[in-house]
Amino acid sequence: MTKTISYSQGILEAFEYVLSHYPESFILGQGVWSPWYVGNSMQGLDKKFGKERVIDSPVSEGVCTGVGVGASLFGHKPIIVHPRMDFMILAMDSIVNQAAKWSYMFAGQAHPCVTIRSIINRGGEQGAQHSQALHSWFAHIPGLRVVMPYSPKDARDLLIASILCNDPVLYIDDRWLYEQEEYVEDIQEIDLSLQGPKVIRAGEDITIVAASYSCFLGVEVAKLLQTEGISCEVVDLRIINPLDITPVLKSIRKTRKVIVLDGGWKNCGLAGEIIASIVENIEPGLLMSPPKRFTISETPAPTSIELEKIYYPTVTDICDFVRTMF
Amino acid sequence: MEAIRILEKPKSKQLGDLSDPEMFRHNLSINVQDVTKLCAQLEKMIFIRAVEESIAELVRDGEVKCPCHLSVGQEAIAVGIAQHLNSSDRAFGNHRSHSHFLAMGGDMESLFAEVFGKETGCSKGRGGSMHIYAGEVGFHGSVPIVAGTIPVAVGAALSAKLSGSNAVGVAFFGDGACEEGIVHESLNFASIMKLPMLFVVENNLFSSHLDICLRQPSDSTARFAVAHEMESRVVDGNDVVAVDKAAAELIERARAGHGPGFLEAITYRWLGHVGGNSDIDVGVRRSQSELESWKKRDPISRLYRALEEKGNYTKSKLQDFEKATQDLIKTAIEKARRAPWPKADTLCEHTYDEKVI
Repeated sequence: MTKTISYSQGILEAFEYVLSHYPESFILGQGVWSPWYVGNSMQGLDKKFGKERVIDSPVSEGVCTGVGVGASLFGHKPIIVHPRMDFMILAMDSIVNQAAKWSYMFAGQAHPCVTIRSIINRGGEQGAQHSQALHSWFAHIPGLRVVMPYSPKDARDLLIASILCNDPVLYIDDRWLYEQEEYVEDIQEIDLSLQGPKVIRAGEDITIVAASYSCFLGVEVAKLLQTEGISCEVVDLRIINPLDITPVLKSIRKTRKVIVLDGGWKNCGLAGEIIASIVENIEPGLLMSPPKRFTISETPAPTSIELEKIYYPTVTDICDFVRTMF
Repeated sequence: MEAIRILEKPKSKQLGDLSDPEMFRHNLSINVQDVTKLCAQLEKMIFIRAVEESIAELVRDGEVKCPCHLSVGQEAIAVGIAQHLNSSDRAFGNHRSHSHFLAMGGDMESLFAEVFGKETGCSKGRGGSMHIYAGEVGFHGSVPIVAGTIPVAVGAALSAKLSGSNAVGVAFFGDGACEEGIVHESLNFASIMKLPMLFVVENNLFSSHLDICLRQPSDSTARFAVAHEMESRVVDGNDVVAVDKAAAELIERARAGHGPGFLEAITYRWLGHVGGNSDIDVGVRRSQSELESWKKRDPISRLYRALEEKGNYTKSKLQDFEKATQDLIKTAIEKARRAPWPKADTLCEHTYDEKVI
């Protein structure tokens, strides 16, 4: 059966699917009993599956994440929820030192298969500590799979795949995508380790590489530039660690131009890593212009709406920039 | 009705005689019916000390190069607690965890191989002294981020509770770890969720070089358990009978679903923070005379003297056991020396369990 779902419904359906089919799964995080239900993406899960399996937590990002690591070592499939990525910084030890390294340190004798769901939640004058997109930090860490869905189907299917994966996974969704809709088939379980970047819009003249909300911008840019005769191919990275650059290279060998969009900062960020991987691997002389990146300003998020308007990249800003590459 | 309430402050010197090495030197008081268990505990402590002293020597000789944090002098804590754990329990350690590993029944030969960095080690040479693992006996790993495994152990306890198992989670950590915030999150979480969990603080009065009095306003960490409404005991950590009794009470409560416990055991490490030397010159307020004094509060000789006094253990039995232990250790070291190194092409193995495209 096919139907239309939104991105946030995709997330909700993934939770319902996993909690129904896998009795060893449980959810722990802040706000999962609140009427707000993490932007409606967890609506009613506590009522449907019980407060023993859908656990609202103390304001303790660190221990909750470590608890997920520990419970996952004994047959459970925990999903830890951080409704805002900025607060997850308080759980860095559990993520970086424990979850990501556990399998390696003990030579594969134990695998923390915890899923950590973290949300990028920007705009609305929320300011510097309620707006960060820190995915690049985590993509730096071997042992941690970092998933950033763009489409509603991926929001659903990659969340299920993350929870079923035997490795620790950081699943990052973006509030600015929650209303996006897509026509989808019934759920089919997929193997996360086999997933990689995908071309989500075909084109000839330039490759736009992005993940998550930046894919949305990329697709909008492509639509607009199409009317001006510039044909953009958009590659959705989907999983930023471990990173498979091959589909990106394949696209660039066709278009011979590339721009990387990222909602994070430039220095040591995802966009820089993608460009480095392209430059290392692409044949000399193939690129017709230097590879470019479009990221946010090198400054914390402002609060004033007038500053916010210029802080976050818009379709217009990116289109202007892409035109300079032709 | 009082709009402003002034709360009583805890005393800064709560431990009193428990932290005084001149005290608690007496032979342990033992029950006749416990003799078999006590003899086994004595031998376990002797065994752990002999292994650690051998590692200290290998470190001093430069043959073992990974950082080794030894718990010589602190053996009674691991042994007294392990008495009440089994292979389905979930214990986690820290940088100083050889004693926990061995007390729970971890394989001694695999420990030696691990500190040598060999493929036959308990973590196949990927861990060294600070990352040891013996899941088969209920010791589920140690790491050197001093409070790092505490929330992981709490998660193990939550898992036990959710699946209706009667296993307990155990976190071994030191007085220094109590200065990291995650300890408080963990105590709060375990308490509010009523988890089957035992928090064990081995308070050896020093974190690295620094005396507890220079790091905390009070010398006893059990005040944190009180703040989280948790059942707690403070014991002489060099008295295996006391540790055993307190652990039994707290673990039994936890297994029965009455919530977590907190056991603070006061002790002293005979060697420095890391390595095989006693590091008198490294520790602030750590002196040769203090060390000598603590050696008179030795957990092993206090139990041995008590058993010998009542004719339950003899000098010749002790010598035989020590000799047999040394033989086992010698063999283990030889095996570790001859064991293969991890192969170069396995460098990246185990980073992920599942495929990487």
